[in-house]
Amino acid sequence: MSLDLLFQYLVAGITYGTIYAIVAIGFNIIYNTTGIINFAQGEFVMLGGMIGVTLHAFLPMPVAIAGAVAATMLVGALIEMLFIRWLRRPSVLRLIIITIGLSIAIRELALLLWGEGVRALPYFTGTAVTSLSVGDVHISPQVLWVLGISAVMVAALNFFFARTLLGRQMRACACNREAAQLCGISAKNMVTLSFVLSAGIGALAGCVISPITYVQYDSGSSLALKGFTVAILGGLGNSMAAVVAGLLLGTLESFSIWVMPAAYKDVIAISILLLILFVRPSGLFGNAEAARLKDY
Amino acid sequence: MKTSGIIATLVLSSLLGTGTTQAKGSTIKIGAIFSVTGPAANLGGPEARTLEMLVQDANKKGGIGGNQIELVLKDSGSSPEKAISFAKQLIEEDKVFAIIGPSTSGETLKIKGIAEEGKTILLSCAAAEAIVNPVASYVFKVAPNDSHAARRIFEQMKRMGISKIGLLSSNTGFGKAGKEQVEKAAPGFGIAIVANEVYEKEATDLTAVVTKLKAANVQAFINWSIEPAQAIVIKNARQVGLDVPIFQSHGFGNIQYAKAAGPAAEGVIFPASRLLVADSLPAGDKQKPVLLKYKQSYEARYHEDASTFGGHAHDALLLLGKAVEKAGGLDKEKVRTALEGLQGVVGTAGVFNFSAHDHGGLGMDAFEMQTVKNGKFVVYNDMAAKK
Amino acid sequence: MRRRRNLPIVALALAVIAVQLLTAAAGKPQYLTQLTMAGYYSLVIVGLTLLMGYTGQISLGHAGFFAIGGYTSGLLTTYNLHPRSGQLLVSLLQACGLLVAGQDMYGADLLVVRPWAACVVALLVTTGIAYLVGKPVLKLRGHYLAMATLGFGTIVYKVVLGSSLVGAADGISDIPAFPLFAGLVVTGKSALRGQNYYVAWGLVLAAMALLTNLINSRVGRALRAIHGAEDAANAMGVDTGRYKLQMFVLSAALAALGGVFLTHYNGGIGPSEASVMKSVRYVAIVAVGGMANLWGALFMGVLLNFLSLRGSFGSYDDAVFGLILLAIMLFAPDGLLRAEFVRRLRGLRRGQKAAP
Repeated sequence: MSLDLLFQYLVAGITYGTIYAIVAIGFNIIYNTTGIINFAQGEFVMLGGMIGVTLHAFLPMPVAIAGAVAATMLVGALIEMLFIRWLRRPSVLRLIIITIGLSIAIRELALLLWGEGVRALPYFTGTAVTSLSVGDVHISPQVLWVLGISAVMVAALNFFFARTLLGRQMRACACNREAAQLCGISAKNMVTLSFVLSAGIGALAGCVISPITYVQYDSGSSLALKGFTVAILGGLGNSMAAVVAGLLLGTLESFSIWVMPAAYKDVIAISILLLILFVRPSGLFGNAEAARLKDY
Repeated sequence: MKTSGIIATLVLSSLLGTGTTQAKGSTIKIGAIFSVTGPAANLGGPEARTLEMLVQDANKKGGIGGNQIELVLKDSGSSPEKAISFAKQLIEEDKVFAIIGPSTSGETLKIKGIAEEGKTILLSCAAAEAIVNPVASYVFKVAPNDSHAARRIFEQMKRMGISKIGLLSSNTGFGKAGKEQVEKAAPGFGIAIVANEVYEKEATDLTAVVTKLKAANVQAFINWSIEPAQAIVIKNARQVGLDVPIFQSHGFGNIQYAKAAGPAAEGVIFPASRLLVADSLPAGDKQKPVLLKYKQSYEARYHEDASTFGGHAHDALLLLGKAVEKAGGLDKEKVRTALEGLQGVVGTAGVFNFSAHDHGGLGMDAFEMQTVKNGKFVVYNDMAAKK
Repeated sequence: MRRRRNLPIVALALAVIAVQLLTAAAGKPQYLTQLTMAGYYSLVIVGLTLLMGYTGQISLGHAGFFAIGGYTSGLLTTYNLHPRSGQLLVSLLQACGLLVAGQDMYGADLLVVRPWAACVVALLVTTGIAYLVGKPVLKLRGHYLAMATLGFGTIVYKVVLGSSLVGAADGISDIPAFPLFAGLVVTGKSALRGQNYYVAWGLVLAAMALLTNLINSRVGRALRAIHGAEDAANAMGVDTGRYKLQMFVLSAALAALGGVFLTHYNGGIGPSEASVMKSVRYVAIVAVGGMANLWGALFMGVLLNFLSLRGSFGSYDDAVFGLILLAIMLFAPDGLLRAEFVRRLRGLRRGQKAAP
């Protein structure tokens, strides 16, 4: 394989990987604060894209995206308040099933509202065919947008959790809920906030990736599966690790196409998930030595 | 408690709903099984909407052969087990006169035997050759053959001097059927498939797959899919600098896909029904009036572009109506024989000529080679395409 | 004691017969078709209830076992071995009487595995896979277990969807009828609707008898201990790992049995039987029936599957199951038909009456 080809596969891998990593970060935020795995995370991404496209019909793009993010955050808050907040000591099983039910409900609602067609925002810069080239390695400018915005999001989240009061309160809640409550932190509000934050991240991701991937009413489910594969691969709750794990998985998938039929690409991802679960459920970075990476 | 209340109501309504028998004389009960939701929603959705629209319009004008149409529409969600259950229900309980659909080949093959055993005419909107080969007397299909589409593509490739190609297909029934036909026909045209990949219909990015094509130095490639992901392939191909001619299947037959691919779709060549280029057809074209009428009424009513998929439902109803008129009544066996004998019926997919051994009715000329120019579908002209 | 235990089984048998007579009398024998299909799905559901409700292990991938059973049997009974009739293995199988010759739909010679042999192989394959998958998977708990079973189910789906050997997206069609003993045949032909109904429900009755006996035995008590507090049970000397695995394999075997029989009844199978949505539906039904309530799950399973197969939910099929999941998990996490729930309702009414 020539060097150019290698890099082209790498570029493809980074594209997939960043998308998965963003979804995984959304999972981790909610997991950390609540211990819940939110199966509806993929739907937040889908909603962001769909609402963004709808708003873009009569608003300029940045406003449409901001609107989509805000609307999806509202949905996230509503979900938490209506379905999760008032449960008393719910079991893990119960919560898993509730979020599965929510994911289905949101998907069917999207089908009702938007039909089965695909939608996409226009490319932020350039068109569907523009690409920047270095030698024979091409990358679409939209991929750079995805990378850039993801990097900004991760940096912003880091700042939020490390420096702001609200962020530190959330981390306190994640570490020890009772102790946090004793300190006067409203755990219930922190939970709502985590949903709002995850929804917002997912929605922004949905808007940015929609030119590349299109959104459809059922785009959420496949993204969710990859997203939590990456989250577990990195270690549940560790978002920095999720980024690394995402890039790793994306690259593995991309190179697998060189040696295996592309039809089985997803089987590879899931086999990795199962392998990790059997061998090392705490994930690649889920041990004491790597604990310093775990910030949120 | 609310849940069981809802369930009780549903039980009651379903029990009441399936009790009706066909009123003699003035109504014809037609069943339809479509994948309105699920993996093949982009097929079944337009098909269901088309049929509902046409049944309403037909009933306003007196129905088929003087019989008002009563439509019983079922959403199978592309599940064969549901298709089987609905087919049995429609035939044994609702006692429908004929069934239109299903949308996919997989489902059709599962209910072929049921329709034949129940002596009920089945007009499938799916394309697999196995639906009508071996011929079952009551089973027909109205979608064109994949083998014809493949041959039209290869004929064009030969004219362009292409001998080394890549083949991409989606992991759906449509993609699989096309893949088989392309692989079968290629050697006969002296064309070698040097890269052959199946991709997921929900793929979000296919850069790695097109990179593999590029590495194989293909002179052109065929992308056989009926799903939105086909537009992603086109985009990614142009983005990585794979500038060879791209051939699509008739699964590209929805302007939505061309719009989705944007400028990447320019110059894509594909065989499809003339419905997509209806406006630019010459005035004397046989199909033009039928195509324009369907296109305009669908777009006016549903505010979305007409696609060739919805056209299959149109053709099925048209053919059934003509057969009923020809047979002069609602005798199933007579209508079946009449259907088999129909010749020269102008539909959206082409001109149908059925016979006892040909229950597909369409030939290679059903397709028109088309391309995308300035974001629109136009007839493909060899001269104009030479760069 | 024993009479009381067997009473529900007898009641079910009587109900099965009564329903058949009723439908015949009402002139709607066609309802038996959907009832038969629902019966086969019930095998999956009651097995899953044992696993989720009694042993407390969630499985989001049980449709995978149904599909493995159905596809294995379907493949073996349709894969033409005639081109290989010279080979050693094929001759051996033929000598053992495991193959049957015939003609395919085009008139060419066909040599396939006998349905009952295919059934046995399908069950063996599925239990084998369940054992191999179950061993590592059941060491996980909570989310990780859910994720692992979801992953397993998805792999089965992707494999049958991607593999052209089993028809890829089209699945397998023209699967032959499955002749049982005494002239009974598992087939979709409308003339044999009645006997197929009894075959299906005969299997369900047998499964219910097996499971109720299991639950009321020493094994059942061990299961309840595991569900209640796994570590405590372990400390008490209950071999939790072995029990969990056994129940996992048993539920997989039941699912595969349903898969094999339904595949021959339908004459075909498609990848949709392995989809994640199917697995979620089974979980929804187990939940709404009352997690640890075999009879509740059976009843709700038949009701919901019957309605779904008749298209009563229209295009909102998935939405209905999703909403049921939500509603049950929010308001009645122990299910609608659980004894406590009913008692609580009765208590409410009594409370109102007692108000001065």
